[in-house]
Amino acid sequence: MFIHPEEIMETIQMISSMNLDIRTVTMGINLRDCAHPDIDTFNDNVYEKITHRANKLVDVADEVEQLYGVPIINKRISVTPIATIAETFTQEEIVSIAQTLDRAANDIGVDFIGGFTALVHKGMTAGDRRLINAIPESLAVTEKVCSSVNVATTKAGINMNAVHLMGNVIKETADLTRDRDGIGCAKLVVFANAPEDNPFMAGAFHGVGEADCVINVGVSGPGVVNSAIRDLDNPDLGEIAECIKKTAFKITRMGEMTGREVSRRLEADFGVVDLSLAPTPEVGDSVAAILEAMGLESCGTHGTTAALALLNDAVKKGGAMASSSVGGLSGAFIPVSEDAGMIEAVKRGSLKLDKLEAMTSVCSVGLDMIAVPGDTSASTISAIMADEMAIGMINRKTTAVRIIPAPGKNTGDIVEYGGLLGSCPVMPVHKFSSEGFVKKAGRIPAPIQALTN
Amino acid sequence: MTSTRFVITVIGIDKVGIVAHITNVLAQFEVNIVDISQTIMEDLFTMIMLTESKEKGFDLDAFQDAINAAGDELGVEIQVQKDDVFRFMHRI
Repeated sequence: MFIHPEEIMETIQMISSMNLDIRTVTMGINLRDCAHPDIDTFNDNVYEKITHRANKLVDVADEVEQLYGVPIINKRISVTPIATIAETFTQEEIVSIAQTLDRAANDIGVDFIGGFTALVHKGMTAGDRRLINAIPESLAVTEKVCSSVNVATTKAGINMNAVHLMGNVIKETADLTRDRDGIGCAKLVVFANAPEDNPFMAGAFHGVGEADCVINVGVSGPGVVNSAIRDLDNPDLGEIAECIKKTAFKITRMGEMTGREVSRRLEADFGVVDLSLAPTPEVGDSVAAILEAMGLESCGTHGTTAALALLNDAVKKGGAMASSSVGGLSGAFIPVSEDAGMIEAVKRGSLKLDKLEAMTSVCSVGLDMIAVPGDTSASTISAIMADEMAIGMINRKTTAVRIIPAPGKNTGDIVEYGGLLGSCPVMPVHKFSSEGFVKKAGRIPAPIQALTN
Repeated sequence: MTSTRFVITVIGIDKVGIVAHITNVLAQFEVNIVDISQTIMEDLFTMIMLTESKEKGFDLDAFQDAINAAGDELGVEIQVQKDDVFRFMHRI
């Protein structure tokens, strides 16, 4: 088959000047066969299984990167939700599991390991509660471990006991990592409808319905979409949607090809391509910039939700055509700290928490990487979380909250995390209390949308 | 994906000997040229080659190192990429 020179030059240009890359290659590893009543044996089993399955992950990813000339930015591991296999252990013992995960991740050389996770959308076991209580210390004493807790689903409703508890856990996590602006919270995600095949940190875990060892891929290409839209000559919105679809197709194809090659070389199953537009702090690799390319003066102003809906839908349509293995979170991500355009919009005052929340009803994830003042109360954080969970529950979609009450920081201050996590202006929250609502125990019942059988 | 075809692209300021230098490296590694196109836009030299290696134990690392060294010497940018990336990305 003849390869057109134009296609060759386009591909090379996408990679070299528009930040097209494979964001993550994530190996999902099942740890259920590591279960053991003795904590030391359990930890040994976990370490052995992870290092055995993933010892070649980084090398193979590097080889494939070189073969295709497409950068692979992050190599990661996700494991079976730890709460499901560590039911019997004490809180201190559960912290030692986090340390084992961290040691394994360090020894293999991956960037992050996810799956320090509990699934408590309908109710909490004693083991789930111990794991959740162990999160602050675990995130403070480890570098690479990421944690997530699923507190709501469309089928089960919202576990408000868990939402209440997570408000306190987030505050404590921020406090234990206060010397680094509360970075522990950047590794902690609260979910509604968490997908089981999610390769994106910090929420990644290896779902219980998955095979023993799976390679999932996340692709990132906001820069490519942005420049494709800006190249159009006075387009209408239909033409913009068409352009995004075509670009998303190409990006997803690249992810699928890379993922299949990595999984073939590692003799692991190929899982999914997460067909996402995930921004980076690099200038030009911003989702907010795409929205602004559609004619908005600054992201967050009126019209932003509509523009984001158009973008998110077009990304899914293009990606769905490109791969039969689409999964994960899939869509446009709008983390604040990781997106240069979003950071600017917050600084300019055009983007506030309420607008962000509205945007999350049409985008891929939710309130992601948001810094709020350090003195924000746990109940306010829980209430922010409850709102976001409600959006996910009612709309049958995944939503998440990754929020950082930055210790000692006030509205307008900047917190710096470096690398992919970027930096973030501290955003104001409503000053009226939600305490009375959050303190009421119980569960918000599953909505009528759950009755689909 | 059993093909061992690579697309080599060269972009840089034109000068005498670019093609000679690069094809010399190809010959050393017994890499055959399947198709080649070359244009000069203003002063900018661009060349796209579809190449093929029939060697079983073809050492991609060493080949890329040699190609990069040639690129540095000539002051041009050279990329070696497996051809799948171009087929897969743009076609259904």
